Amino acid sequence: MNILHQFLEALRGLASNKLRSALTVLGIVIGVAAVIAMLAIGRGAQNSISSSIESIGTNLLYITSGNRNVRDLRNPKPLTISDALALADPTNAPFILRVAPVIQGRGDVSYSGESTNTGIYGVTAVYALVSNLKVSEGELISDNHLTSRAPVAVIGVDVANALFGRSANLVGETIRVMGQPFRVIGVLESKGGGGFGSQDNQILVPLTTAQSRLLRRVNRDQVDSISVQAVDANSVSKAVEEVTQILATRHRTQVGKEDFSILNQQDILSTAQSITGVLTIFLGGIAAISLLVGGIGIMNIMFVSVTERTREIGLRKAVGARKLDIMIQFLVEASVLSLIGGMIGILLAWGIATVVGQIASASNVNIRPAIQLDMVLLATLFSAGVGMFFGFYPSLRAANLQPVEALRSE
Amino acid sequence: MTAPVIESKGLIKTYRMGKILVEALRGISLEIQRGEVIAIMGPSGSGKSTLMNLLGCLDRPTSGEYILDGENVSRLSDNKLAVIRNRKVGFIFQSFNLLPRASATENVELPLRYSGVNHHRQRARQALEAVGLSDRMKHRPSELSGGEQQRVAIARALVNNPAIVMADEPTGNLDSKSGREIMELLLSLNRERAMTVIIVTHDPAIASQTQRIVRLRDGLLEEAS
Repeated sequence: MNILHQFLEALRGLASNKLRSALTVLGIVIGVAAVIAMLAIGRGAQNSISSSIESIGTNLLYITSGNRNVRDLRNPKPLTISDALALADPTNAPFILRVAPVIQGRGDVSYSGESTNTGIYGVTAVYALVSNLKVSEGELISDNHLTSRAPVAVIGVDVANALFGRSANLVGETIRVMGQPFRVIGVLESKGGGGFGSQDNQILVPLTTAQSRLLRRVNRDQVDSISVQAVDANSVSKAVEEVTQILATRHRTQVGKEDFSILNQQDILSTAQSITGVLTIFLGGIAAISLLVGGIGIMNIMFVSVTERTREIGLRKAVGARKLDIMIQFLVEASVLSLIGGMIGILLAWGIATVVGQIASASNVNIRPAIQLDMVLLATLFSAGVGMFFGFYPSLRAANLQPVEALRSE
Repeated sequence: MTAPVIESKGLIKTYRMGKILVEALRGISLEIQRGEVIAIMGPSGSGKSTLMNLLGCLDRPTSGEYILDGENVSRLSDNKLAVIRNRKVGFIFQSFNLLPRASATENVELPLRYSGVNHHRQRARQALEAVGLSDRMKHRPSELSGGEQQRVAIARALVNNPAIVMADEPTGNLDSKSGREIMELLLSLNRERAMTVIIVTHDPAIASQTQRIVRLRDGLLEEAS
């Protein structure tokens, strides 16, 4: 008995009970659609987070004081401007291109009654280069601003919209940063990326101004972090070595007991990806439960079908069907159910993903759900597997029916 | 004289119904010659269905030997019995037992599909022609009369050229006219093809048309005529 014939016969059997088959298929449809949609949305979120991390700047190292990997670290020395200057020396550190010391904090920024809480970054002129920031109008923080400790600010698009309701023609306006008047000299180009660590919701002020007026630190020299740009992507690890060596010498720490941490772009990226990966698996796992429920639905209906067709099974056995023949017949039927469900489910998932993408982009969240071939294959195989698995026991029961008893049944 | 197509020696079949052991057959020794038409009669509970199940290889005897067409089938596995049924036994049931969603031709093809032979369609057509249904091949059972449905079942029974045809009350669900026609068909198939036909029946009018009547009572033969 060839498989095509089996397939057609299964279709005919299922077609004879359309409503029941449709409801059974529905369980699989929902399961498969949920799994694929969740995976796709998870993958979309992952892509979006990766790209927003990548947009911060390439070849970037991020140095902070303190080190979670060293136990009993006492009194870590803070990072200072002098540390930054030492790192910036090209003779000591040939693989380091640019060094940007940063003081950062959060605070309220206001303009004629409108107020918003935002990230405040005290930066030097190179920060914009290191972080790959550009202005859509006006100018960035310059060395002149630094030496004169000018009360000027470059504001992010979100901040501009929150304060002014617009993001253009703002140069020259005066805003209050933590109560003090600052003149707007530029508006940052939008980087998009929303969600985590948005770079559109921040303002930049000169480092010196921040030190003296906004974010006072214990030591006059102290900074919160130092961003370091390596010469190119291949020299990131060499740059890490140089930073480690220079700072260890300056802070007089032993090897393996450094009182600072170096985070590079790859680390951040892989951390973020592993977090979103776990999230995706979690969502997919929850969705997989509905697929399991759908599978139990198949099992249920296959049992009903076997019971209903006991006489037919008896007849088939009487005319020479072996156990395997009967088994295959019912397994094919279960698999056809779940495969049809799988295919419709993929289409539905595609629809869901599209709608979610639309909603996300309408609400300015940059998540593009990505249905990929591997997900489709996974879901198809999985749903066929579900059919096989849950169809197995009913089929086995059908195959083991004794012809005499099967023929006697009504 | 060739060897008998059916030869049974001391067939015993016992069932366990709950805690009671029921002896349905208590030692049946029977020979049926090739080309014979034979009726098995007996009141209900006499064991005639059990005997039919054994002779049709649907079931195995508890003890005793059963040789069908020269092959001892009394101890074969389920799957081997299925193969024997496929090749050597044709079944005709009181309630036809046709697949409701399949056409007449497809119903007749069914045994061929399990035997792995080719030219299904052609052989099914020939069988349907032999029972006089060449104009009903595409019809489904629900589109056929009772007599026609039983003809389809007969075509299905003989499509594999079996050694024996087992007919269990073949006219039981038919009106008397169709019943007569079915009996005539079975008898003519027996004459033309020298087909061995075993008919299980209550009806003395049916039994009287056969060459030999075997009567069963309480699981034992009560040989007559």
